[in-house]
Amino acid sequence: MTTAAPAIELKGISKAFGPVQANRDISMSVARGTIHGIVGENGAGKSTLMSILYGFYKADRGEIFINGKPTPIPDSQAAIRAGIGMVHQHFKLVENFTVVENVILGAEDGALLRPSIAKARRLLTELSQEYGLKVDPDAVVEELSVGHQQRVEILKQLYRHADILILDEPTGVLTPSEADQLFRILERLKTEGKTIILITHKLREIMEITDTVSVMRRGEMTNTVKTSQTSPSELAEMMVGRKVLLQVDKTPAKPGDVVLRVEDLHVRRGGVDRIKGVSFQIRRGEILGIAGVAGNGQTELLEVLGGMIAATGGAVTLFNEPIDITGKHSNAQTRRARGIGHVPEDRQDEGLIMAFEAWENVAFGYHKDPKYNSGPLMNHAAIKADCADKMDRYDVRPPNPRLPARNFSGGNQQKIVVAREMDRAPDLLLIGQPTRGVDIGAIEFIHKQIIALRDQGKAILLVSVELDEIMGLSDRIAVMFDGRIMGERLPSETDQNELGLLMAGVVTDSTRGAA
Amino acid sequence: MDFLTILQILDSTVRLATPLLLACLAGLYSERAGVFDIGLEGKILAAAFFSAAVAFTSGSVWLGLLAGIAASMALAALHGVASITFRGNQLISGVAINFLAAGLTVVIAQTWFLQGGRTPQLSGAARFENIVLPGAASRIRDIAQQGPLGQIYSELISGHSIIVYVALAIVPLTWWVLYRTRFGLRLRAVGENPAAVDTAGVSVVGLRFAAVLIAGVLCGIAGAYLATALNAGFVKDMSAGRGFIALAALIFAKWRPWYALSACLLFGFFDAVGNRYQNIQLGEIIVPVQFMQALPYILVVIVLAGLVGKAIPPRAGGEPYVKER
Repeated sequence: MTTAAPAIELKGISKAFGPVQANRDISMSVARGTIHGIVGENGAGKSTLMSILYGFYKADRGEIFINGKPTPIPDSQAAIRAGIGMVHQHFKLVENFTVVENVILGAEDGALLRPSIAKARRLLTELSQEYGLKVDPDAVVEELSVGHQQRVEILKQLYRHADILILDEPTGVLTPSEADQLFRILERLKTEGKTIILITHKLREIMEITDTVSVMRRGEMTNTVKTSQTSPSELAEMMVGRKVLLQVDKTPAKPGDVVLRVEDLHVRRGGVDRIKGVSFQIRRGEILGIAGVAGNGQTELLEVLGGMIAATGGAVTLFNEPIDITGKHSNAQTRRARGIGHVPEDRQDEGLIMAFEAWENVAFGYHKDPKYNSGPLMNHAAIKADCADKMDRYDVRPPNPRLPARNFSGGNQQKIVVAREMDRAPDLLLIGQPTRGVDIGAIEFIHKQIIALRDQGKAILLVSVELDEIMGLSDRIAVMFDGRIMGERLPSETDQNELGLLMAGVVTDSTRGAA
Repeated sequence: MDFLTILQILDSTVRLATPLLLACLAGLYSERAGVFDIGLEGKILAAAFFSAAVAFTSGSVWLGLLAGIAASMALAALHGVASITFRGNQLISGVAINFLAAGLTVVIAQTWFLQGGRTPQLSGAARFENIVLPGAASRIRDIAQQGPLGQIYSELISGHSIIVYVALAIVPLTWWVLYRTRFGLRLRAVGENPAAVDTAGVSVVGLRFAAVLIAGVLCGIAGAYLATALNAGFVKDMSAGRGFIALAALIFAKWRPWYALSACLLFGFFDAVGNRYQNIQLGEIIVPVQFMQALPYILVVIVLAGLVGKAIPPRAGGEPYVKER
């Protein structure tokens, strides 16, 4: 405590999985009472490094020093003993347990629960006041909002006396206002002397909250800089290894005829009204961005328009011709035949069959295309040739049609889906979370493709939980909350704050007045 | 139907429900920890054989009980190694254990006793005797003389083997362990979200093995009860599907100990009625005995079809735990 030794020091950490060198000779030092960001593309080795620090993996080589003392961390227990707590991207909570049960799990005081629970309840009240982490100790976790569940995860670590908190992509599931609250909590924790490591791919967050930032690329830690002495574009360049356009380059839209018109759409699923009367239209040469926190009806909107589920009410027309949305006379196949392309939100579940090879995936949904068939048989050679051509033009790496989909990285998987759906230049493109889990280089490429399709005079419905993406690509922005569209804005006339309020369902004078 | 007859049926209900209850609680521990156990049946069968064989050979029913528990735990350990350590499919491992037990018991019985795959009749100290509680009458003639309360005490409450009372005591014990102890909290957590347990620094493998071995002990007692208390010796396939009925009872009970008691008593009751009455006459209609025997299964189908509330299994049930990055 009295020494000025860094809270964490890593020296020469290396870790290989088979032939893949996930971490190569990584050294890093984080001063006590600071927030340290780690950025890097997918597969750059951030998660592996943190897993080593939390005892999930054992490093092949290298040493870990906690507060200046060499501290081997063979398992999670050792990490907890060393005062390291980790808040995972996907929460590790028992959903049907109460908050207090989740907090004491694994850190009970004795064989009987009663005394532990009483003590935890008392401590939780104290901690929640100390750090502004309000949460009801007796609430059942699955009934809490995502933001509150994350607080439970943080409380869990504080209850275990963690002095070093690792947060892995903590804002991915939060609304902007929840993210702001989280940042205030983190700053509070910092002033109380806690050390925080923040892993994120959002450069804005790095700039906003961290003191220092390390960049990882291909398993190596390439740079560590003071946040105040860098910029987002410099960080992006360090991550990718070349200049990257963070701002999407596009000309103003030149909207033409109405392509898609949706009127008073209703969708009920699992006994719950998911879409409660949504109306909008998209014109040629226009991108309509749907913003919103995941789970507010955007998924259903894409699936209804894509023909995957049926609507319970409303009308949809394409070029003034009605589309059957009852699910009785049409499906995803007939939608495609009418010129609707669909890049689904979840590429691994809905966009691809992971065990199938790239060329097979490229044919899905278009397998009846005459050029893929010769008589009653499929023309494999033609499909493979077409796949190789698409892979070339859409920069899929490695460009091997015979590789199973799961062997591509996230960004390249997405490029396969994008190539399949966009290369036929559909009149209407439905595209959900186009860059989720995709690295910066691929994001840039996919964004360019979307703009290019727009400039060909096609209509695009873009659904994304990434506000930056919505702001950067859309010509108009509609915000969905609880199955309704809370408002439509022009990107030039709105900002993240206003959209964030709309995403939380708040319609105030300021949000109304700004339009 | 007079009062004493009703009591006799209920008495029989308790006897027949006991092996179900033990097996059901075994399944409860295992499945609450996230390990499906189709192999209850096989473990009961193996325990029944080894308890009868050792009880006959040694003359001590207690040694028989220990042997039964040991046999059942050996199979439980096998299930654990296959499905926890090697992350095999839990259902397949369970089915394999059932086949293994069904075949091995008969083969070993034949080579050991040369009586066509059964053990010799057990008697005396090689069987669990019925316990007559203080002040209770044991002969039917004496019971008939008593008042209603005395009849309930003597016929229904008194006169069971020790295992019946033990099984009944395990119900509140299980509830207490599950909801009032650290072990119970962790056990329930590992069946719901093993990753939460793992990141909390607690061994998922250790907890699941503990649960599976407890299931082994309980199935062992159930099997020993079948062969040395309810019956007097082992015969081929004597478990007669009880392990599966116990699984059904477990679903019916929504994986809760007190509900498990009720479910097993209900299934035991149908069994008892089916045993006592060949056909039940309801006015003009005659309900055939086959219907009574099928009733527990029909009930399960109704339950599973969702008519009687919603039965939500532990969320991580059936899935081997693999550490993710």
